[in-house]
Amino acid sequence: MIDLHGYGPRLFEGAMITIQLGVLSLALAIVLGLLTASAKMSRSWVAHRIGTLYTTIIRGVPDLVLMMLLFFGGQIGINQITDALYNHFGIDIFINVNEFVAGVLTIGLIFGAYMGETFRGAFLAVDSGQIEAGRAYGMNQWLVFRRIRFPQMMRHAIPGLSNNWMVLLKTTALVSVIGLSDMVRVAAEASKATREPFTFMIIVAAIYLLIASVSEWGFARLQKRYNVGYREAD
Amino acid sequence: MADTPIPLEVRNITKRFGDTEVLKGLSLKAHKGDVITLIGASGSGKSTFLRCMNLLEQPNEGDLIVHGEQIRFKETKHGREPADWKQVVRMRAKLSMVFQGFNLWAHMTLLENIIEAPVHVLGKPKQEAIAHARELLERVGLAERADYYPAQMSGGQQQRGAIARALAMDPEVMLFDEPTSALDPELVGDVLKVMRDLAKEGRTMIVVTHEMAFARDVSTQVIYLHQGQVEEAGPPDEVLGNPRSERLKQFLAPKH
Amino acid sequence: MDALMTWLEARLADNSIFTLQTLGYYGEGLVTTVQLVFLSLIIGLVLAVPLAIGRGSTYRWVSLPIFLYCYVFRGTPLLVQLYLIYYGVVFVEGIQETWLWVILEEPFVPALIAFTLNTAAYTTEIFRGAIKSTDRGEIEAARAYGMSKGLMLRRIVLPSAFRRALPAYGNEVIFMLHASAIASVVTIMDLTGAARFVYARFYAPFDAFLFVAAIYLCLTFAILYLFRYLERRLLAHLKPASG
Repeated sequence: MIDLHGYGPRLFEGAMITIQLGVLSLALAIVLGLLTASAKMSRSWVAHRIGTLYTTIIRGVPDLVLMMLLFFGGQIGINQITDALYNHFGIDIFINVNEFVAGVLTIGLIFGAYMGETFRGAFLAVDSGQIEAGRAYGMNQWLVFRRIRFPQMMRHAIPGLSNNWMVLLKTTALVSVIGLSDMVRVAAEASKATREPFTFMIIVAAIYLLIASVSEWGFARLQKRYNVGYREAD
Repeated sequence: MADTPIPLEVRNITKRFGDTEVLKGLSLKAHKGDVITLIGASGSGKSTFLRCMNLLEQPNEGDLIVHGEQIRFKETKHGREPADWKQVVRMRAKLSMVFQGFNLWAHMTLLENIIEAPVHVLGKPKQEAIAHARELLERVGLAERADYYPAQMSGGQQQRGAIARALAMDPEVMLFDEPTSALDPELVGDVLKVMRDLAKEGRTMIVVTHEMAFARDVSTQVIYLHQGQVEEAGPPDEVLGNPRSERLKQFLAPKH
Repeated sequence: MDALMTWLEARLADNSIFTLQTLGYYGEGLVTTVQLVFLSLIIGLVLAVPLAIGRGSTYRWVSLPIFLYCYVFRGTPLLVQLYLIYYGVVFVEGIQETWLWVILEEPFVPALIAFTLNTAAYTTEIFRGAIKSTDRGEIEAARAYGMSKGLMLRRIVLPSAFRRALPAYGNEVIFMLHASAIASVVTIMDLTGAARFVYARFYAPFDAFLFVAAIYLCLTFAILYLFRYLERRLLAHLKPASG
């Protein structure tokens, strides 16, 4: 067997953190993505501008820089707010920006922009006749969205969603840089301590590939579900 | 004339796709100046037959003799293949093909399309090739389209350009694979006119087509194929003017 | 030049963070980032062309290793690849005593290797897709006109595939620029490295990182416009004639 020099359990914990971080960021990114897509498709000039600004900035700046900005800057920003609260109102609270929360927030924020593009394209791909039919039968906007636009949109969105998830998963590795003990950080520490970088990095690489393969299978099943009623794509 | 070799001779070609035999021993001899039209319903094997002539499809059996040179084949585990690809390349350079879908190279201008094979396959000097290409473009009526890309031209223009490309090879035989089938009706005339001119000047041509008027007026020989076999063959007056088989009569009958 | 410097100095006089010295760090960081990204992209591109051709080979002993290489390098984080190569080199027995150490001591070289291998894998897949989508009729015409396999690849398949790959490759260039930020993790003073240094020194995250974000944004737009220009020129043939 491979000798992990006692790093096995920590590596496992690290893998769990990677997965939790990935899933929670994905959830946040989907919510932000739906909001962004609505903003960009909205008739409101302001909403459109805000949506465009958000996606442009996020897509123009490296993930790591955004992460450091939010993590290091976020702490100082919050401290300034709590200081102000204390000075003006005598409320004494201390909020410590936890690395995990900071990681979820930044990765969610970053991928919200990419998801926004995915969802926008998918919404535009839905046949407008379908929506008209919903309206004609007296559905209100929310009902049309929930019962018709959303399910039909998902069929077009899943390939992009799956793609974004694969990139997101790899991006979680960056949280090791801001101090979160995900599996990459554990492996880096273990590499330095044991001087066996190949053992640990290859294990971590294999876990990433495993998660990717499992999710690929999952997304394929999901695609099948949303494809119900459509001919199989050639 | 007797000592110049025949441009193209094909003997007993058979072709199978899996278990279905689509060509069942077809032969053909194209003398200099012949215009041979292959007609038949879709699925009769006429296009496959044409594509076997320059080995875009590999025939399972049969011989090909191009300008007196017999193509050598060998048996491999994937089936029969040409023994010497250099020979195939040499032979293809003598037979130039005009496709149903034009197949001009999209990233090259029309002029670049025309000089591509003469320069890089035949090794012709570039200036000479360009001068020749300009003459040919003049002839097919596209002199002012030399620097256009294929996507910027109509289907009829593309096909006339493709004919110029074929002519630039100074081919022994020109193969036409349904050259007007992909064109809008109003564009067919220009292409057919170019082909009639070529026939008039004595080009050796083998044409797969649905244009019966062209077959009647231009060809020296018409071959009617049915399910991979020759059903009738002969001069156009005979085959088209006085069909013997019931099937050919039906095929030629005006459609409603 | 002197006038510019005095002007800059005057501008920066009441700014405690963006002194000439820190701007110098950013400037050097910019040079390092551009070098790292440019070199890895160029070498990666050169590697990717034969790899993409081999990826489509009918010989499995050629195509399978290339497929696996692409799968692994595209399926794992660049950071893991960087660590693997960086620590892998550092911990090789006795390497510190050899002449190689002179080159490898600088983290620049392991980072360059990691980035190159990474972008080569992505670029291979991009080219592979573009080669596969070559119009079948165009290939058939090339065969019918007597082109050999090599000639066809050189004159027809690759030139048209490169053009079609351009938009996707533009994204890869931007991706590489952004990914290069992790070079700072192995102590390279690239743009992000400079920002981290300035942050640590002045404890001013907003100034340090917003400034570097703006530089990256400008670089991204520059690349975007460069590729738009290239697409306009090289993909003109796919658009119908205007007018």
